[in-house]
Amino acid sequence: MNDTTRATARTTVPTTLLGAWIEGVGLLGPGLASWQQLSQIVRGIEPYCAARTLLPAPTLLPPAERRRAVALVKLTLATGLEAVAHAGRDAATLPSIFTSSSGDGQNIHAICETLASSEREISPTRFHNSVHNAAAGYWSIATGATAPSTALCAYDGSFGAGLLEALVWIATEKTPVLLLAYDVDYPAPLHALRPIADAFCTALVLAPERSTNTLGYIDAQLTQAAPTSATLPELEQLRANIPAARCLPLLELLAARRAGSVVLDYLDDCELAVNIQC
Amino acid sequence: MPTYTSMNPLQLSCFTLTTSLGAGLDANLQALQHQRSGLAPCTFETVQIDTAIGAVAGLDAIAMRSDLSAFDCRNNRLAQQALTQDNFATQVHDALAHYAANRVGVFVGTSTAGILETELAYRQRDPQSGLLLHPPRYRYSHNSYSSADFVRRYFGLTGPAATISTACSSSAKVFATAQRMIDADLIDAAIVGGVDSLCLTTLYGFSSLQLTSPQPCRPFDAQRDGISIGEGAAFILLERAVNSRTDNILLLGVGESSDAYHMSSPHPEGRGAQQAMQAALARAGLTVDAIDYINLHGTATPSNDAAEGFAVAALFGARTPASSTKGATGHTLGAAGAVEAAIGALALMHDFIPAGANTRSVDPALPIDYVLENRRQPLRHVLSNSFGFGGTNCSLILGKSA
Repeated sequence: MNDTTRATARTTVPTTLLGAWIEGVGLLGPGLASWQQLSQIVRGIEPYCAARTLLPAPTLLPPAERRRAVALVKLTLATGLEAVAHAGRDAATLPSIFTSSSGDGQNIHAICETLASSEREISPTRFHNSVHNAAAGYWSIATGATAPSTALCAYDGSFGAGLLEALVWIATEKTPVLLLAYDVDYPAPLHALRPIADAFCTALVLAPERSTNTLGYIDAQLTQAAPTSATLPELEQLRANIPAARCLPLLELLAARRAGSVVLDYLDDCELAVNIQC
Repeated sequence: MPTYTSMNPLQLSCFTLTTSLGAGLDANLQALQHQRSGLAPCTFETVQIDTAIGAVAGLDAIAMRSDLSAFDCRNNRLAQQALTQDNFATQVHDALAHYAANRVGVFVGTSTAGILETELAYRQRDPQSGLLLHPPRYRYSHNSYSSADFVRRYFGLTGPAATISTACSSSAKVFATAQRMIDADLIDAAIVGGVDSLCLTTLYGFSSLQLTSPQPCRPFDAQRDGISIGEGAAFILLERAVNSRTDNILLLGVGESSDAYHMSSPHPEGRGAQQAMQAALARAGLTVDAIDYINLHGTATPSNDAAEGFAVAALFGARTPASSTKGATGHTLGAAGAVEAAIGALALMHDFIPAGANTRSVDPALPIDYVLENRRQPLRHVLSNSFGFGGTNCSLILGKSA
C-alpha cells in the first residue's frame, strides 16, 4: 500500500464555502430563558439580568427516564424543542449533531468520588449517563428520532466543530439537521481545572432550502483570523466563560436581523469565518 | 426509510492497529490467523473484578514525544504507539506533502480518553478544601478532544478536527464525518481512528450493570454471559480513491441510525442495527448477496447479541459468514469501530474470515452463519457493525478494488 499516486494533489488552498438556511433557534443560558429573550436583549427592548440558568422539566421523556434526567438532558431537550418548534419541523425526522466541550462534569465528579472510595461500585444510571452522547440518546428516546445522530468534542471550539459538521451535513446529505451545542457547570474540585460556571445551550435547525420559517442564511469557511467578541459586554462575558456560548456573536447578528460577518472560535490555527444574511 | 444516494469510494491508503493481540498489523494478523485470544484475567491497576480483559502490554514504559509531553496519559501513549508503528507516520507524511495542512482532517473516536488520570487524582485530595493534590492536565488527558488534538499536533495539521464520542460506535462514525467532509470538498484527506484505554470507570461501570463476564467473552455462544473489556488503537489515512490501483482497500459505504429506544439496551429486534446496515448497503450500492463477511459488534452480552443476531438474520438470513472478533481483542469500546475496520481490511487483504475466538456452541436462537473456524476464501466486501449506549449505530462496508 505504498503507492503515492493521489486522486487529488494540491498545494494551493481553495476556501470551500458552506452554507445553509437557519430555520429555528433555541437558547438557554444564565439570564437567558429563550431565543425570544435574547432577541429582546440584543434589540435593547429589555436589559440583560444575570441569573442562574433555569432548567425546565423534561416532560417529553417517559417517567423512568424523566426521573433520571440530569441537568444536561433537561437543558438540551428544552433548547432543542424550542428550535424545532420555531422551524415548524417534526423532531422525529431530524438528524442531530450534539457537541459539548466537556460533557457532564457533575456526573464524572460523582463517578470519580465513588471510584476513589472503598466501595467502587458506581451506579448503573451514572455509568450510562457518563457517555458523551447521553444527551443525544435521551433526545432520540424523547422525540422518537431514529435518524443519524453524532456527539462531538473539540474542547473550547466545540460549537465551531458542531456548526461545521452541520454545514457539511447540509452540503452532502441535503436534508435539514438539528445542531445542539451545550455545556454544564463543573463542580469542585474539577472546577479548578475546567472553570465552567453555569449551563448554556443553543440549538439551530439548519436546512438546505429556504422555507417560510427561514430566519436567515449562514455561510462559513475556515480562516486564521482571530475570533470576534460579542457586542454586549454581558454576552461577551458569557462567551468568554462558557465554550458553548462561543456562538453568541453569530446569534447577536441573527437576533438583530442584521447582515454581518463574525469569526467564531474553533481550533488552534483554524477558526470559522461566518457570514449572516437576514 | 430515507433514500440514500451512493457515496464516492475512499481508499484506506495506510492503516495501523494495536490491540491485546499485539502491536502492529502483523501481530494482529498472526493472532487472528492462529485463532488466538488476547484476553486474560484482570490484573489492571488495583481493580478487583472477577473478569477477563484485553490489555495492551508495555504502555507504562512508553515515553511521549518530547513536544507532546503535556499529553502524557495511558490513552495518548497507546495512540502514539500506534502512530509510530507499521510505517504509518511515514506514509502519512508522504501523503501530506500533496495536501495543504488545513485540507487534512483528524477525526478520532474515544469513549473515555485519559479519564484514568482524573480517577487516580481523586485518590489524593486536600482534606480541608477537597482540591486535587496532583491535578491532571485536564485539556490534554481527561477532555475527550485530547485524543484528536494529540493526533492533529503529532502531524502538525491545521485543518478540521474533532473527537467523536458516541460510546461504542465512536470510531466507526469517524468514517462518516471524514467521508462527508471530503465529499463537501472541505478537506482532501483525513486521519481517522479510535483509541480507548483501560480505566476504572468502564471496568466498574460495566460491572455495576452486570455486563462483565467472569471469563473470556464468548460472543454469540448459547452460554455467553457478558463482555471482556479491552483497549486498543487503530488509525487509517483516508483519501479519495485512485481508480487505477488494484488491491486497494476501499470504504464503500457508511450507515448510521439511532435506536430511540433505551440508554443501555438495544432495541430487541435490532431495529436501529437493521437501519444502519441497510443504509450502508444503499450507500455502497450493494445488495446483501455482495457481502462476503460480517464483522459483528458481538459484545457477548445476552441482549446485545440477540438484537444483532435478529437484525443480521432479518437482512442476510444464514447465508453470510459472520463473527465477532471481540473474543480475541476484547471490547475496545470507543476504539472498536476503527479496530474492527482494520481487522476487516486485513481480512480483505489476506482473503480470510477470522473465526470468533472463545465461542464454542453458537446460540441456536441466533440463526446466522457464525464462523467458529477460520476460513480461507476470496473476499470482496466486508461489513462491520458498531453499536453503542444511547442507541447509536454505525455500519461500515469495506471493499477491495478489482
